[in-house]
Amino acid sequence: MDIKDIIKPENLVYQKTKLMTDKPLSYCPGCGHGTAHRILMEVIEEMDIQSETIGVAPVGCSVLAYDFMNVDMVGAAHGRAPAVATGIKRCWPEKFVYTYQGDGDLAAIGTAETIHAANRGENITVIFINNGIYGMTGGQMAPTTLEGMKTSTSPYGRDLHSMGNPLKMSELLAQLPGVHYVTRQSVHSPRNVRRAKKAIRAAFEVQKANKGFSLVEIVSNCNSGWKLEPVPANEWMEENMFPYYPLGDIKVDGKLIVNQ
Amino acid sequence: MKELRLMKGNEAVAEGAIRAGTDGYFGYPITPQSEVMEYLMAEQPEKRTGMVVLQAESEVASINMVYGAASTGKRVMTSSSSPGISLMQEGISYCAGAELPCLVVNVVRGGPGLGTIQPSQADYFQSVKGGGHGDYRLIVLAPASVQEMFDFVFLGYDLAFKYRNPILILSDGLIGQMMEKVELCEQRPRNTVFDPSWTLTGKTPDRERNIITSLDLDASQQEKHNQHLQEKYRKAEAEEVRYEELQTEDADYLFVAYGSSARICQKAIQLGREKGIKIGLLRPITLWPFPKKPLAAIAPRLKGILSVEQSAGQMIEDVKLSVGCGIRVEHYGRMGGMIPSPEEVLENFEKLFIKK
Ligand SMILES: Cc1ncc(C[n+]2csc(CCOP(=O)(O)OP(=O)(O)O)c2C)c(N)n1
Ligand code: SF4
Ligand SMILES: [Mg+2]
Repeated sequence: MDIKDIIKPENLVYQKTKLMTDKPLSYCPGCGHGTAHRILMEVIEEMDIQSETIGVAPVGCSVLAYDFMNVDMVGAAHGRAPAVATGIKRCWPEKFVYTYQGDGDLAAIGTAETIHAANRGENITVIFINNGIYGMTGGQMAPTTLEGMKTSTSPYGRDLHSMGNPLKMSELLAQLPGVHYVTRQSVHSPRNVRRAKKAIRAAFEVQKANKGFSLVEIVSNCNSGWKLEPVPANEWMEENMFPYYPLGDIKVDGKLIVNQ
Repeated sequence: MKELRLMKGNEAVAEGAIRAGTDGYFGYPITPQSEVMEYLMAEQPEKRTGMVVLQAESEVASINMVYGAASTGKRVMTSSSSPGISLMQEGISYCAGAELPCLVVNVVRGGPGLGTIQPSQADYFQSVKGGGHGDYRLIVLAPASVQEMFDFVFLGYDLAFKYRNPILILSDGLIGQMMEKVELCEQRPRNTVFDPSWTLTGKTPDRERNIITSLDLDASQQEKHNQHLQEKYRKAEAEEVRYEELQTEDADYLFVAYGSSARICQKAIQLGREKGIKIGLLRPITLWPFPKKPLAAIAPRLKGILSVEQSAGQMIEDVKLSVGCGIRVEHYGRMGGMIPSPEEVLENFEKLFIKK
């Protein structure tokens, strides 16, 4: 059989979404950011809302998200994406607005903007990539860094007494009445990728129905910052990140999920 | 028929915002400018024009809401007073870098720090010399009356869209709080056409996606972007200088003053002329671009120039740069929220220039 006999529409099992540009990703090999980008763009394509969607890129490793995502986008100052998204959404209430933010961006410098956008029930979707570290600036401690975890600014491991506790932003945000949907997912296995994509779709459906703030946290790896190769990084994530940041829904339909 | 109203400066800004067809106002309370948002909330402009008014959680959030909203191509603004404007500086720099048209109003109070809630002009350097990081300029308009508080909202938007640049209205607590007669103009419609070359409206098949950013990691590209910004600023310097001259034709001495100080100087000039001292006034309306040429043109006819500011002397640097070394330039001002009286200005002028 010739290769031409195989390349036929009826044999097609997967196609790159047109909403990802052809620009090669700038992420480290094995990094979860690329997968998270892809499923987000697939959801926008499947909902056929490209022409009504505006994205907000953060400051962090995904600062250049607009190079890869083929939608109208704006780059926000570090941490301010929820305020920027608020400004856009208030001007275009009928359009879809999302932010894509790391944990330093969302849970440290931008905590106030995140909590207040959520508390106002801004009808936006936040994709929150929690890798427990500041990837972009070279692996410094983030508010989400686990106890004992070594980073370049906690070289002897995070000491809870002097450096504080890892912050569970999703649980915190889920307490707020303006928040309609919060879930925690990962993209390190095909099964988890499918679940995470479903969650992103659900979040955009919340926005479509005008129900308020939706957030999908993706617990992700940072093999460069964690100083691990991609596969061991994912194993480390399963063993250490997931027990502290358990995967699953936290708030659905405006109701807290108990004992998750 | 003329529509006349007695209003506070801050209220005039708010009414001007509605009538200028503002789409979004984002702010945070601070004295002496809180009446702007209070007036807007009471007016319910969403019913009048569809304008959105949102009380943000901070000035940091306000300016970033402005940044996002401006990227849609709509008319958006914020207002605050000195400490709040300091908090906004990163966002203002981003707006300048990303070339977003927007309006920022600073009703200045005394500083540094928490300072005082009384009027001041000590934010001049911050306004015209940068304020935030990077090589950028704001076009800075200095209203000297409640009427100008109203009018400059319209002018501000025209300039903001002409240059795709943030515009700063640099007022002060005196102009913001005082009441005067204002002639209101007709309602301007809100924007309905959005430039497809840059505004974020959602990517349609007929165009590439639009990206609003101030980032370019490639230094040579970032330099090109900076050169483009500088060209824009040179154009503004050539086309946007605004100023007013008062009794300069026969003047031996000149006061240079803006905003509330210019109002005080008007009276001081009158008092001086009653004593036979011929003083004139040059009032910069745009503090950037500064009226360098008009000032340089009058200077050779003068015996001296007094820069009158409610600060330790900031604008005086631009006055000196405009006129060169051939003429004596002095400063008189009060600080920390103190307002000089016309008599005090004249007395200090006389001490400096007349009674040796
Ligand atoms: C005001 C400001 N402070 C600091 C920085 C430097 N900075 C850039 S990215 C970053 C951390 C990003 O970490 P995170 O949000 O977790 O994203 P990641 O790179 O891990 O995806 C920091 C501190 C900045 N750009 N702006
Ligand atoms: S530094 Fe970390 S977060 Fe950034 S691209 Fe590399 S692996 Fe991903
Ligand atoms: Mg991170």
